[in-house]
Amino acid sequence: MPDNERTDIATRPRDAALGSGLGRVLLLVYGTFALSASARALVQITTHFSEAPLAYLLSAFAGLVYIAATVGLARGGPRGRMIALVSCTIELVGVLVIGTLSIVDGVAFPDATVWSDFGAGYGYVPLVLPFIGLWWIWKR
Amino acid sequence: MNRPLSSATIIAALLLAAWYLVRAALDRAPNRADLIAVAALGALVTVLALVAVAGLFDGSRPSDTATFAGYLFTTVAFAPAAAWLARMEPTRWGSLILGVGCLVLPVLVLRLQQIASVTGA
Repeated sequence: MPDNERTDIATRPRDAALGSGLGRVLLLVYGTFALSASARALVQITTHFSEAPLAYLLSAFAGLVYIAATVGLARGGPRGRMIALVSCTIELVGVLVIGTLSIVDGVAFPDATVWSDFGAGYGYVPLVLPFIGLWWIWKR
Repeated sequence: MNRPLSSATIIAALLLAAWYLVRAALDRAPNRADLIAVAALGALVTVLALVAVAGLFDGSRPSDTATFAGYLFTTVAFAPAAAWLARMEPTRWGSLILGVGCLVLPVLVLRLQQIASVTGA
């Protein structure tokens, strides 16, 4: 097949939807994390909540933040942008704080969350993701 | 979990991922062949999942069947979801979506293998 479908970035309007272009890639990644973090929390909370309540509640919280970011990106518009901006900021603070705490105070975090050890269990994607997300939202 | 089939899926996904990432780097939108390729990968993953489900009935159940089922469902749905998003994005980012999708799939298959290997005997 001939490669004549070269894309022309210049034709994309500056105010194009938040959920298009790179935003749609972020949508896939955030959607994946929304699903994996909340599913993980659900399993942890329903099967062995008492083992590490703090870690599991944090898992659930992380899941909610990823869901909010996904919804914000998908919705677009001023409101979606605001939702995405707030949730990406919480995500950035979350991964930095929980990442640091999980290394400094391992006792409080006997079981892993997405944000433990700066997201090492997820290939450090949780650490990099909020930076890309915030940069993208800021650029719009 | 069927070892050869899992390995074939992982290798196919990684090869496709490399291809899509190159396409994205070269600023190429996904073409028809790219979408057919990801559909074929999705079919391969579905076969893998069906074999895994069939394996649940031969006595060696993973101890965490609920998690296993959840991962199985996500794994099967992943390639179609990536293809669906990529079709809405006829730019280089569409190729990147397919590339990311093909990078996540091997991780999901490896996790499935891990969960399947812990049987509650």
